[in-house]
Amino acid sequence: MSEKKLSANEGIKTRSIYLRGTIAEGLADLSTGSLSEDDQQLIKFHGSYQQDDRDLRADRRKHRLERAFSFMVRIRIPGGVVTPEQWIACDQIAGHYANGTIKLTTRQAFQLHGIIKSNLKRSLAGINKAALTTIAACGDVNRNVMCNPNPFLSSVHAEVLATSQAISDHLNPKTGAYHEIWLDGEKVESSEEVVEPIYGKTYLPRKFKIAVAVPPSNDIDLYANDLGFIAIVEEGKVIGYNVAVGGGMGMTHGNEATFPRIADVIGFCTPEEVVNVAEKIVLVQRDFGDRCDRKHSRFKHTIEDRGVDWVIQTINEYLGYPLQPARPFVFEDNGDRFGWVEDERGHFHYTLFVEGGRVLDTRDYPLRTGLREIAKIHDGDFRLTGNQNLIIANVSPEKRPEVEALMKQYGIAGCHEQSGLRLSSIACVALPTCGLALAESERFLPEVLNALEERIERIGLRHDAITIRMTGCPNGCGRPFISEIGLVGRGPERYNLYLGGGHAGDRMNKLFRQDVGAQEIPDVLTPILEHYARERQEGEHFGDFVIRAGYVAASTNGPGFHRDIKAEALQPVAV
Amino acid sequence: MLPEHSPFAPAQRRSLEELLAGFSPAQRFWLAGYLSAAPLTGGAEPAGAPAAAGPKLTILYGSESGNSEKLADLSAKEAKKLGFKATTRNMSDATPADLAKIENLLVIISTWGEGDPPEAATTFHKALLSEEHDLSKLRYSVCALGDTSYTRFCQTGKEVDARLETLKATRLTPRQDCDVDYEDAHRAWLDEALKAFGPVATAAPVNGNGNSVFSFAAAPTQPVWDKKNPFASEMLERVLLNGRGTAKETWHYELSLENAGLTYEPGDALGVIPANPSDVVESLLKAAKLSGSESVEVSGTSKPVAEALREDLDITALSRPVLTKLFAFSGSAQLSDLLKEGNEKQLNDYLWGRWIVDALEDFAPKGIAAADLVSILRKIPPRLYSIASSPLAHPDEVHLTIAAVRYHANGRDRKGIASTYLADHVPQGEPVSVYIHENKNFRLPASGDTPIIMVGPGTGIAPFRSFVEHRSALGHEGKSWLFFGDQRYTYDFLYQLEWQEHLASGALSRLDVAFSRDQPEKIYVQDKMRERSRDLYTWLEEGAHLYVCGDASRMAHDVHQTLIDIVVKEGGKSKEAAELYVEDLRKTKRYQRDVY
Repeated sequence: MSEKKLSANEGIKTRSIYLRGTIAEGLADLSTGSLSEDDQQLIKFHGSYQQDDRDLRADRRKHRLERAFSFMVRIRIPGGVVTPEQWIACDQIAGHYANGTIKLTTRQAFQLHGIIKSNLKRSLAGINKAALTTIAACGDVNRNVMCNPNPFLSSVHAEVLATSQAISDHLNPKTGAYHEIWLDGEKVESSEEVVEPIYGKTYLPRKFKIAVAVPPSNDIDLYANDLGFIAIVEEGKVIGYNVAVGGGMGMTHGNEATFPRIADVIGFCTPEEVVNVAEKIVLVQRDFGDRCDRKHSRFKHTIEDRGVDWVIQTINEYLGYPLQPARPFVFEDNGDRFGWVEDERGHFHYTLFVEGGRVLDTRDYPLRTGLREIAKIHDGDFRLTGNQNLIIANVSPEKRPEVEALMKQYGIAGCHEQSGLRLSSIACVALPTCGLALAESERFLPEVLNALEERIERIGLRHDAITIRMTGCPNGCGRPFISEIGLVGRGPERYNLYLGGGHAGDRMNKLFRQDVGAQEIPDVLTPILEHYARERQEGEHFGDFVIRAGYVAASTNGPGFHRDIKAEALQPVAV
Repeated sequence: MLPEHSPFAPAQRRSLEELLAGFSPAQRFWLAGYLSAAPLTGGAEPAGAPAAAGPKLTILYGSESGNSEKLADLSAKEAKKLGFKATTRNMSDATPADLAKIENLLVIISTWGEGDPPEAATTFHKALLSEEHDLSKLRYSVCALGDTSYTRFCQTGKEVDARLETLKATRLTPRQDCDVDYEDAHRAWLDEALKAFGPVATAAPVNGNGNSVFSFAAAPTQPVWDKKNPFASEMLERVLLNGRGTAKETWHYELSLENAGLTYEPGDALGVIPANPSDVVESLLKAAKLSGSESVEVSGTSKPVAEALREDLDITALSRPVLTKLFAFSGSAQLSDLLKEGNEKQLNDYLWGRWIVDALEDFAPKGIAAADLVSILRKIPPRLYSIASSPLAHPDEVHLTIAAVRYHANGRDRKGIASTYLADHVPQGEPVSVYIHENKNFRLPASGDTPIIMVGPGTGIAPFRSFVEHRSALGHEGKSWLFFGDQRYTYDFLYQLEWQEHLASGALSRLDVAFSRDQPEKIYVQDKMRERSRDLYTWLEEGAHLYVCGDASRMAHDVHQTLIDIVVKEGGKSKEAAELYVEDLRKTKRYQRDVY
């Protein structure tokens, strides 16, 4: 049996001396706005992607310029909670060095786009100065740990947030490379074992995502994560966590060996055990994950290849004891609740809708300025939701009138007076900066929603929350495969339309039509929405209806995503 | 083979022809270079030429772009013809004390920017104005070069002229102030001054036509195409160098020199003779209340006024002389007031950001006759642009890097006439009138091994593209270091792909860039120089030549100051010693500037 060849990234990691590579030298060379190819891989571990403005690609050479390279910086915020001071700091960095906007991501992180190489170091230094970090925001490591931003029960939120932060801290890379390169830290020589006790010098085979949910809300889309913890709350206390493994969105068009998968709930652990359980599960993936084929190297593939029973047994072996049986729980939905709520201590939380997660100023809606002004007087915190929205949290009763006045002044007060469809939408960044995008997403979804809103108004579905998610490619940043309506870019102006995802993010959707033209999307969806409005049963969600009505078959897990696709799904669309 | 009007006797001509016929092209080429470079002292004077036994005459010049230097050379030749023992002297190599030792002096000096002397003349100028000398034996005359569109027109010449008088020298003929079209004015001044300096030892021999046989126009080094007789060069290619998203508009032009017989060296400039844009012509006609078809006489030919305004005259640059002439026709009380002594500030405020059309609208509301309009306008001045190409890398081509100047002031969109002429009115395939303007003060080191440091933000990058291409084409291996800067990295990194190739090939050894608007604080080339002070000083100590090209008003000054600071810091010298160090670099031609 011949050994399969390791993927190129494994060599890059091995050679990098714990993520150093030649990043420092590359930053100093300003003849180009780019880094070397190897360093482009390594810099992900530091929280940044090299990108270029794809809108400009065609004419850069004719100006005798290289591509318009810049860097996306992802700020890792475990649980998505930042202080007002941290908000102001990020806002300032966005204004000084990035493109003047902040993207709230689907994983409760900030993304700043358009930072040129010469400004990268000072941006990262500024982020760290605000007691935030970018390390491991990307790369083959544990990423930002998500956590339900639960504004209803502040004591439970405090507990799960602390858990998320503990997991995050424990699984952070320990290499000194980050400090050396970005914060002028001293070079520390140490023996290899000490450098990365969990990861070793090749880190993980692929990215690893962890989330913590508090039922009945699944707003962090637990099932899309490699590892999920579901808080089991009794009498206002977290008594432990159900453990879910093997979720993940990314796939490749035309390659059925790749598929999205939703996580399996495999057991239960106590709050005291949770960090150790997370570590051992990461170690299982470190040791058994595929390091040869990066399209087959997520934890979901390890589990799909070896079976759920195998993974439970192996985790138990690594733990040295068996996980307890999972406890019952119910998820109702994966959306956000907008507007004001009061928690049990009498503090107020306002969830505001941020379309596409993009915080920016336009002439009609100076959202970025408004939030900055609020941050200046706010005595609580800000929380990012997993749906690209924002909570102005922990507002004291005394401050609430001031916050409300500013919200009114900057037009934020009515921001969630939108259709249920729009409020339940997610769009990834895609063009022009994302190198993976095959089609538009953030810039285009609002247009689709405009067209659909006219129709749902007429049909009478204005207030129905139907999850609709668009991504520019099938890698799944916007978690399109667990939405009730999923639109995934396949090429310029062409999308695959998926239907039938679970309203709580608990079932994958199914391909309904391949290669729908961008302008045809509303026309293809409208008759189905009309049908739903006419014939839905009491409380029936759109994702369930389309299965009952026979538009698509329900997806079974993993490879089942590609089965039972109707023949007409692959036919050209006739509108 | 040799023309009859060549300065040789028939017998000399025949022997020369015989000799030359036996030479290979390479031998002829070598000889041409040798003769043009080697001082011809010790050789026999041409037959019939006067022995240089007449009065000694020193021609002192201060030159920035090379015009004064060229006129000094021309003046010396003319003076020699009249029997003067004439020598030229660069102010950079002279001190005011030297003047006490001489008797006859011609000064040719230009004025730059806001009334500043040429860089190379700064030290001399400062010393002359501050030191006391007895120059009572000195007789002199000053020719000042300048541009009437600047307020302090010919300021340096005026200062030198006045100061020499104060130091008791005798002004033999009045100072001549020359505008950008200086040739005729200089010639008139020279004739008068030389006459005054007489007596002439021997009359120069004349040929049958009564012209001096050494007529400068017949000298073999004179290019065929010049300012008066420009070459119609085809626009081969135009490239906008700024990417989409920029606030700048910098163009790269490639012009053809095919069949022109024009040669240039890195460091030279290209003179471009622009035409005025039709919208500006039309607005002027409208203000003058003219149809455009009125016939006027310009340089001896009659043509419709619209055509004269488009092709021959400077119709934008507003100055005191223009306003003074306009007053003669309009008699506006308001204008009279503005021109009064004591109202200089109001006048300057008025001149800033205004064109001639504004003055017509403001002070000649009833319009002006076509002939009168033409009489107040000067000839359209050519513009000089540093050449951006090496003739070795691009045979038969000459490249330029030019920022199109556009702005809004006093209620009107304004533009740089020449820069937008090329940007807006010369599409690919169309001709442009050009000539080569030599700049001996901006030259690569004689040795290809000498390291060079180039500081060229913005369009100041132009000559360095030429330098690096040239050294690369010659296979020279001296180190090279470029400092470039502009507004934004992503959009304004002029010729980025070319620099990357030069770095990869080794033609360029180091590159540092400074972009002022990529971050809250401004970062300029001098900041990068400061950051690299140790290496920069080491290069200088290794004999590197330092070149600065670009903006004269701020950048060149800041870079100069930074250079002194670097020598203080890295050389452990006092401020005075560092200034001397830099001054010595300049004197030894290791620090050269081409600023505008």
